[in-house]
Amino acid sequence: MNMFTISGSPHVHGDESVKKIMYTVVYAMVPAILVSIYFFGLDAARVLLISVMACLFFEWAIQKYLIKGPVTINDGSAIVAGILLAFNIPANIPSWIIIIGALVTIGVAKMSFGGLGKNPFNPALVGRVFMLISFPVQMTSWPVPKALFSSQVTDAITGPTALGILKEGVGAGKTIEQIMTDPNMPAYIDRLTGNMTGSLGEMSALALILGGIFMVIRKVIDWQVPVSIIATVFAIAGIFHLIDPTHYIDPTFHLFTGGLMLGAIYMATDMVSSPMNMSGKVFYGVGIGLITIIIRLWGAYPEGISFAILIMNAFTPLINSAFKPKRFGTVAK
Amino acid sequence: MKSLKTFARGGVHPDENKFSANAAIEALPLPKQLVIPLGQNLGAPPKALVKKGDIVKVGQLIAKGEAFISANLHSPASGKIAKIDDALDASGYRRQAIFIDVDDDIWEEHIDRSEDINRTISLSKEEIVARVKECGVVGLGGATFPTHVKLMIPGGKTAEYLVVNGVECEPYLTSDHRLMLEKGEEVLIGIKILMKALGVEKAIVGIENNKTDAIQHLKKLAENYNGIEIQALYVKYPQGGEKQLIKAVLNREVPSGKLPIEVGCVVSNVGTAFAVYEAVQKNKPLIDRVVTVTGKAVKKPSNFLVRIGTPVSDLLKAAEGLPENTGKIINGGPMMGKSVSSPDIPVVKGSSGILLLPREESKRPQPKPCIRCSKCTVVCPMGLEPYLLAKMSKLELYEKAEKDSIMDCMECGSCQFTCPSNLPLLDYLRLGKQRVGHLIRTRK
Ligand code: SF4
Ligand code: SF4
Repeated sequence: MNMFTISGSPHVHGDESVKKIMYTVVYAMVPAILVSIYFFGLDAARVLLISVMACLFFEWAIQKYLIKGPVTINDGSAIVAGILLAFNIPANIPSWIIIIGALVTIGVAKMSFGGLGKNPFNPALVGRVFMLISFPVQMTSWPVPKALFSSQVTDAITGPTALGILKEGVGAGKTIEQIMTDPNMPAYIDRLTGNMTGSLGEMSALALILGGIFMVIRKVIDWQVPVSIIATVFAIAGIFHLIDPTHYIDPTFHLFTGGLMLGAIYMATDMVSSPMNMSGKVFYGVGIGLITIIIRLWGAYPEGISFAILIMNAFTPLINSAFKPKRFGTVAK
Repeated sequence: MKSLKTFARGGVHPDENKFSANAAIEALPLPKQLVIPLGQNLGAPPKALVKKGDIVKVGQLIAKGEAFISANLHSPASGKIAKIDDALDASGYRRQAIFIDVDDDIWEEHIDRSEDINRTISLSKEEIVARVKECGVVGLGGATFPTHVKLMIPGGKTAEYLVVNGVECEPYLTSDHRLMLEKGEEVLIGIKILMKALGVEKAIVGIENNKTDAIQHLKKLAENYNGIEIQALYVKYPQGGEKQLIKAVLNREVPSGKLPIEVGCVVSNVGTAFAVYEAVQKNKPLIDRVVTVTGKAVKKPSNFLVRIGTPVSDLLKAAEGLPENTGKIINGGPMMGKSVSSPDIPVVKGSSGILLLPREESKRPQPKPCIRCSKCTVVCPMGLEPYLLAKMSKLELYEKAEKDSIMDCMECGSCQFTCPSNLPLLDYLRLGKQRVGHLIRTRK
């Protein structure tokens, strides 16, 4: 006789899946990947490839030999982590350092907390910060971009990032005007298109925003997080610029440098480590924006968004219990 | 184009798959035997009035609802009571039922069987309620709440609107759609009767915009019926939920834990309005209903007018058989219906459709860990956090779940439908609701 399945409703499922979400994120990063390869050539491809392969390998090895559970590397989450890690490091970094970074990303920040969905912090950021602390020299000597196919063959030229120049200049007591005349300072348009020194993925704000819009449309991220981060940074930097333009640079500078877009659109929006409810997302975004700009204006590091995100990740559980969605049939409190 | 009304928060868009939308209602012949479960209304089951060997006519009272919330049952055929015994019903349990050996189709004389539409409502308010009660009318949208109880407004409250559910937001199902098309005027008269019983001046019929033919048809007919407004709605599940429907048509929010009357509304379904018409104008008890039989592999997706107690297997035969690859039989729609173990269950008052899912759609995919994507929270029409409630229920943290409003969950399934990790959220929520409900009751 025919046996019929008995299970509770609902009996149909929509077309969402973990895999679909992860690959949507991958597709969203394609423009930024292309930009990085355009400016850093094969070096960028090498960093991306090694990072992704290493993340996949470590996830596979840990699931198979340490946890001895099901291997789920085809869900796409390790690929996303790999690309994000690569986006956060300079193109000229030695391969072995990338592999160590991938081990920390997957092994420490993801698998040791229980794997997909359990990590309190964004794994790629943990990997990145670990590398920054362990290999400060290699992590902060950024190659100068040379457009692909250009005749330039000077592989070894490195230079400071725009934010680095700013930080150093301000520290040395220079005015903004003086700092902007620094020969290494990228022009406005270069900051927008990504023709400046920096990590792989923080180059082109335009490419990053394009991917972000794609993710918002595909409902993979909510616009609340990036918009509140960017708005906060812009507002605070803007206020100080208005008060004292000789010592505080115009706020758009902050938006297009130091991986702000990368952090706001791709790192802070990590589903697992960011808050669940809309009002909580805004609070979280404002928090990241505030901490970022505080570090940038007065802290020791030139950038700051990585730390800001990790700090706010730690608050995510608290934010989740403080910001609840409005229940139907109740008056908003 | 003016954007259509809908409810504000949450909701999903499952594939509509309304294969039977163009299949006219077709009356099925009487089976050899009817099985009438006693408990087919919400509340207490009625008490059987007949015993083995009794001869009954169509429309004869065979079980009487004695409790406050209960409903009468009438014989859907003429014949002999074979036995009163346990029978498998849609709940998956064996429950008491009256078995009738059918020999003919002889009706009680007082029932008006003509097709003429009777437009004059001559009964008074009280008489209407009494007649609806006598005829065993229950909510046909699925809840099977006795209609006469709904018509008695609790003291201190007043009804302002009758909100009529013509939404049929469940995918696949089309019985209400066909009823609106084919019995539109009767439905409107039924609405008028309900309005009179409730003492309200205004009724709004909410219909989703995937049924434009029904919207146009009823709009035209409604020109002759004062106070009935036909409201087209943007298609979104679960718009047929009482609270969502009221929100959509009137932008009023029924407070958590309260009934629609709190915001001056009474909600009824178009099928119920039709049954009320038949009861009040034709003296006909609720002995039959329209049931959709559908599914991707069903050869002849249909809408059948069937007598209560007819075995589902008869309906499947009439739809040209149970498809070879059927993996699941659902009593109701795919979002809120119940899967049943066998087609040998009877049609009851609450059966709106029989859906057959192919084997490949019957098994749930392997669940993955929650990736905290918050999609369940975004789609929950009640503003709950399904991932959290499911986890609390799993960890048996029932007090916490209660504080986070688990009892507001309407079991619409939107969260589980959406979850990219295929988590059985609603299974946990149902369990949690049961336990929390128990907790609340023992506290009193
Ligand atoms: S089943 Fe309950 S928790 Fe899930 S979406 Fe519906 S109301 Fe919300
Ligand atoms: S939809 Fe599923 S995976 Fe996403 S938060 Fe809810 S339970 Fe978790």
